[in-house]
Amino acid sequence: MANLQSNFVGIKSPNPFWLASAPPTDKEYNVRRAFEAGWGGVVWKTLGEQGPPVVNVNGPRYGAIYGADRRLLGLNNIELITDRPLEINLQEIKAVKRDYPDRAVVVSLMVPCEEEAWKAILPLVEETGADGIELNFGCPHGMAERGMGAAVGQVPEYVEMVTRWCKANTRMPVIVKLTPNITNVLNPAMAAMNGGADAVSLINTINSITGVDLDVMAPMPTIDGKGTHGGYCGPAVKPIAMNMVAEIARNAETATLPISGIGGVTTWRDAAEFMALGAGNVQVCTAAMTYGFKIVEEMISGLSQWMDEKGHTSTADFVGMATPNVTDWQYLNLNHVTKAVINEDDCIKCGRCYAACEDTSHQAIEMTEDRVFKVKDDECVACNLCVNVCPVEGCITMRTLEPGEMDERTGQPVSGEYGNWLAHPNNPSAQAAE
Amino acid sequence: MANSPLSEGIVGGRLGPDQLAENFGDLHPRLGDHEALVAADRCYFCHDAPCMTACPTDIDIPLFIRQIATGTPEAAARTILNQNILGGMCARVCPTETLCEEVCVREVAEGKPVEIGRLQRYATDTLMQAGVHPFERAAATGKRVAVVGAGPAGLAAAHRLAMHGHEVTVFDARAKAGGLNEFGIATYKSVDDFAAQEVDWLLKIGGIAIETGKALGDDLTLEALKADYDAVFLGIGLGGVNALGVEGEDKAGVLDAVDFIEDLRQASDMADVPIGRDVVVIGGGMTAVDAAVQAKLLGALNVSLVYRRGRERMNASAFEQDLAASKGVRIITNASPKAVIGNGTVREIEFEYTDDDLKPTGQTVRLAADQVFKAIGQTLEGADLPEIERGKIQVGDAGRTSVAGVWAGGDCASGGDDLTVTAVAEGRDAAEDIHAALSA
Repeated sequence: MANLQSNFVGIKSPNPFWLASAPPTDKEYNVRRAFEAGWGGVVWKTLGEQGPPVVNVNGPRYGAIYGADRRLLGLNNIELITDRPLEINLQEIKAVKRDYPDRAVVVSLMVPCEEEAWKAILPLVEETGADGIELNFGCPHGMAERGMGAAVGQVPEYVEMVTRWCKANTRMPVIVKLTPNITNVLNPAMAAMNGGADAVSLINTINSITGVDLDVMAPMPTIDGKGTHGGYCGPAVKPIAMNMVAEIARNAETATLPISGIGGVTTWRDAAEFMALGAGNVQVCTAAMTYGFKIVEEMISGLSQWMDEKGHTSTADFVGMATPNVTDWQYLNLNHVTKAVINEDDCIKCGRCYAACEDTSHQAIEMTEDRVFKVKDDECVACNLCVNVCPVEGCITMRTLEPGEMDERTGQPVSGEYGNWLAHPNNPSAQAAE
Repeated sequence: MANSPLSEGIVGGRLGPDQLAENFGDLHPRLGDHEALVAADRCYFCHDAPCMTACPTDIDIPLFIRQIATGTPEAAARTILNQNILGGMCARVCPTETLCEEVCVREVAEGKPVEIGRLQRYATDTLMQAGVHPFERAAATGKRVAVVGAGPAGLAAAHRLAMHGHEVTVFDARAKAGGLNEFGIATYKSVDDFAAQEVDWLLKIGGIAIETGKALGDDLTLEALKADYDAVFLGIGLGGVNALGVEGEDKAGVLDAVDFIEDLRQASDMADVPIGRDVVVIGGGMTAVDAAVQAKLLGALNVSLVYRRGRERMNASAFEQDLAASKGVRIITNASPKAVIGNGTVREIEFEYTDDDLKPTGQTVRLAADQVFKAIGQTLEGADLPEIERGKIQVGDAGRTSVAGVWAGGDCASGGDDLTVTAVAEGRDAAEDIHAALSA
């Protein structure tokens, strides 16, 4: 069994699977259950400033979208930060950390955008023995209307300012949680870095409406005939989150900034993918909310098996391994030619590849009267749509043409040379190689 | 001239080699990779899952199915084998329709359970075919344990004891290890010599010596074993067969179903196993169904399975009954054998109709029979055993018998349900108890 021990900005945990700041980490009871189930760490659900706690709606807080067989693919919520008194949360954090010294306990915070408010809460958190803090600059609903959460996260100057306040007023590592509800994630990431952040975590939830009740004519979840946008999360947001992680990891200025990856992590493979793109660890919420804390057992066994198979002895071995291969479109090799190949033995003759290609792509698949499907190499542009829509995994694959092999579509032999858009003859600003 | 289903008497080769090969092929072949993903996808990962509770070995079924779904069948196999070292065989022979799959929430909701048994086979086959034995022995303890009986209970106990670092010697009366897995299960449930392969794989743990041809009672006594070893586990099964107790039972052609099933399992060519034209199997359990179905598969023209009570009282599950019916076995219920008729060799067998309380009705029926298989239960054999309770070795918690230092499990022990999977659980749990006792 591979060693899953994780060290994220000096915070140690027995595995890289943390529960994200969210309902599963709102109370001592839940967090103890999580640790018993095997989670490596938690980010405690966001604490607010001293005083009467926030209140939540008393109607539905969550909305969902489903795949086939009612598989939950995306979840949205309009829940706010913790609605329990600050003192209770602090007592519970202290008790849990005392009983689970080997697990990571990070505390998420959101207080008004004034230095005094941060100065007031930081010593209270420090006193619990927590391992670090996470600044909630992402919550997109409710709190943003009060000038907190995403309202801060969307303004890089505020991100930098608050981060700096926190660094100046605590010895704990500061993780800045970024909102995806912006145009370029690099701006807040750089702001956090400039403010002295030890790490960023991303993504927080995405502004969303999951559905519309067509009888009531209101967005769902519906509260007394009205709805509001909520924060979207779960497997559906993973591609968006991974891109943002990769953007920060491959950007020269932010490349050294540690990242905690969040967004739809459901299996060991999701975690490995985030980490390969540069996340030092991952945070999970929706998967636990869908299936219970026990799913971490699969994440642990799966990641460990994969690491053994690949010969990785520590999670640090593969963090960022895929980052150098994330590039801009203009650097992709245009001389790399592939063609779709349909394996007739695996084909169940549904014809989805044909419909997709014939109706919406390049008319590169032929169909015989007895429903045999074949790729026309002279039409195939290797778009991959047939692979994507085929219901049988591995039935349609992409074959790479060897250098010198004829590309039937262009009538040109495949060049073995790397050639990108920058040097392409069709590019008006192409630079001839010197 | 070649034989056919119509040939008179008890003869071999009623069907051609191709038909026999097809008939005795795998009942439920291993799922393909894609099939396994589709099947695994149906699991809801239930909390405190009913399937897991229903499994006598407490396999974490939702976890192993999720591990298949996420592309790690090897991890799934570890999850299974942690609890049940014979998970490969159990995936083939467990009556899942009355255990895990019966209580699957999707069976309850939709009448179509997650295919737990087949998914278990997919996982365990993947790991075993890769030749991986996923367990390691603890440091040697210097303790020696004797296991009598190399069936499911004995093998499970031996493996768990060896894992804890004890040195284990397994004695078995037969020439091969495996017990009922090797000799007592329908051929189409364990093709390609799987039982023997599984034993070889299990022994890779090390620290287990198998001594065949040694039965309790001959040159092996419990007294001597107790003296020579630090602990003894008895997993000797049920070696005897119940008699019908009716007139004419000794006529030629009246045989024990267990012997027939064993002959089939050990035959290198199914055409060599002789079968009657008109076969009658008496009994209502798995053994009766295994014998009746296989008689039909060998090419018997008429096969009747006769049970003395109503169908719902049969020990064979509804799935097994349906399997028998689908293969052309006629199931006759509420009929008790009265007499075997024939001149030295069975020709007919007479039954009397009885109600579910076995009250005779006085009405009789005769069935043509040139071969009769008795499958009305097995009995414990052996002398000088620990205290007996209702025909089995009395056991308490974790298989402790009335004799200190002697544990028992599997079919020979009281309280079980005569299932392979239960035997495995009992062997495993007794081994843990032995380990605790030896470590004390």
